[in-house]
Amino acid sequence: MSEPAKEKEAVPAATPANVVPAGAAAAPAAAAGTVAPKPAPKAAAKPLPTPVFNERHGKLILNSRYWPTELWKSPWSLPSYRKGALVLFGLIAGILLTGAAVGELSRWADKLYALIAAFVAARHWPAVTTDAVWDLIKILIVLHVVLINGLWAIWWERKISAHIQSRVGPTYAGGWHGWAQTLLDGVKLLLKEDITPTAADKWVHALAPAIVVAPVIIAFAPVTFGKQLAAANLDMGVLYIFAFAGISVIGVIMAGWASGNKYSLLGGLRASAQLVSYELPRGFSIVPVLMFAGSLNLSTIADAQAGYWHGLPRWFIFYPVIGPLAFVIFLIASVAETNRTPFDIPEAESELVSGFHTEYSGMKWSIFFLAEYGYVLLASFLLATFFLGGGASPFAFDHVIPSWIWMLGKAMLMMFTFLWIRWTFPRLRADQLMDFNWKFLLPWSFANIAFAGLFLLFR
Amino acid sequence: MMSAFAVVYALTLVAVLFAAVTLIAAKLLRPRVEYARKLSTYECGIPAVGTTEVKLNIRFYVFALLFVLFDVETLYVYPWAVTAKSLGTPAIAEMGVFLAILFIGLAYAWAKGALQWE
Repeated sequence: MSEPAKEKEAVPAATPANVVPAGAAAAPAAAAGTVAPKPAPKAAAKPLPTPVFNERHGKLILNSRYWPTELWKSPWSLPSYRKGALVLFGLIAGILLTGAAVGELSRWADKLYALIAAFVAARHWPAVTTDAVWDLIKILIVLHVVLINGLWAIWWERKISAHIQSRVGPTYAGGWHGWAQTLLDGVKLLLKEDITPTAADKWVHALAPAIVVAPVIIAFAPVTFGKQLAAANLDMGVLYIFAFAGISVIGVIMAGWASGNKYSLLGGLRASAQLVSYELPRGFSIVPVLMFAGSLNLSTIADAQAGYWHGLPRWFIFYPVIGPLAFVIFLIASVAETNRTPFDIPEAESELVSGFHTEYSGMKWSIFFLAEYGYVLLASFLLATFFLGGGASPFAFDHVIPSWIWMLGKAMLMMFTFLWIRWTFPRLRADQLMDFNWKFLLPWSFANIAFAGLFLLFR
Repeated sequence: MMSAFAVVYALTLVAVLFAAVTLIAAKLLRPRVEYARKLSTYECGIPAVGTTEVKLNIRFYVFALLFVLFDVETLYVYPWAVTAKSLGTPAIAEMGVFLAILFIGLAYAWAKGALQWE
């Protein structure tokens, strides 16, 4: 960028036309005609790149070694961008059309239930078999939501992080954009030798991953994936989820303590301090939502946001002041709960190696990540349910796209926000981290409850 | 409602089984070539010095204590939040008093330096 300026100093006689300013990219095409070949510079100086007029882009382009000309092109002039946009459009259209064709999943679920009931009745099995089989199907679906999410989210995160950092990420495994990368990584980790250090407490070391991952699967029971689409329609769903999500912190402390490693111990303790601290604003920030919805049942909370105000959906995030404040506090606290980057003090690579999972390898290590991405998905679904209207469509005229497509779309949007936050913000220091929680988020979440109370009083 | 809890219990069982089966399957599948150097604590790459039985800073306990205090309050606030709309003004006023006391507690901890991390 500074090269033209240098040239100006070196050759004072140069006409303005010869000296291409930094902003030449935006110069109109007409100016290009006046550009004459540059006079030979002084012998000592290296020849500077010659500005050329690129006919294809209609712009004056400086063929600089320092400034890639790609950056001056409009994205639409690049075939890869056009192709990417086309693929994205096709993908979205395909998903929406599939959704419209399939319709509400709860309808299909009812049909499947009736089918099982008929099968059981035909065999003269006890009627309770139907419910048992039905519950088993629901449980296996919930389990696989967590597992498949692990495969998907890790691949997605690697792709997003790569593109944020101007890399390409996984490309080879499986063919299309390296889609099979996580799957193969999983196989590798399954077959990889596991090292339990001699200094470690063997049993606690082995038990810790299980205690981290089991609660996240259990916590998915009341999560609604659409209208009438939850494994267990619990009346105290919110409390249930927070209660189970809180258990994982014990596993983290166990992992840190049992590793026989000072840094892991420190990481585990920091993680516990952080997780329990951020659980408070996370719990308090949704109290306004509960006040407006009047229920702890996730389906009821989603249904309470049905309807429109002059075209604007009645989602909690659109409540003046209270909604956005609660949303932001819940989002930040959720990011902190998953130990992700702005809040990754427990596993700060630059000081604690890898925190509480330094001494873990193979399957035990990968289970920690399965749990982390499970919590990201859980938080995404909770954000979509609490603040974005669950499966409700944002458009009053839309009666075609089923609720599960909207729910999934909103959850994926929130998940993208999680990944985006991770690869955009720098890490907070340990004391800033705690101050931010106790002296900012927590008082504001209290204040938000007061705002919501005033809103209910003077409505 | 009973059916919903049946799902929860069964899911708990399945989740624990999943963790157990995964870890055991990995144990059966993976190679096992151990020697003392490999089994030493990695820590930060160089031979570890000292033990992990160290004295820990008191701040961890202070925050844990504060957490227990406020987390129990969450349990009090939730049932109120659910019924706040139907109970009307008196309930909201009462919760205002409750939260004010809670907030004073937080302010006290703040003033005493319990929230200071150093």
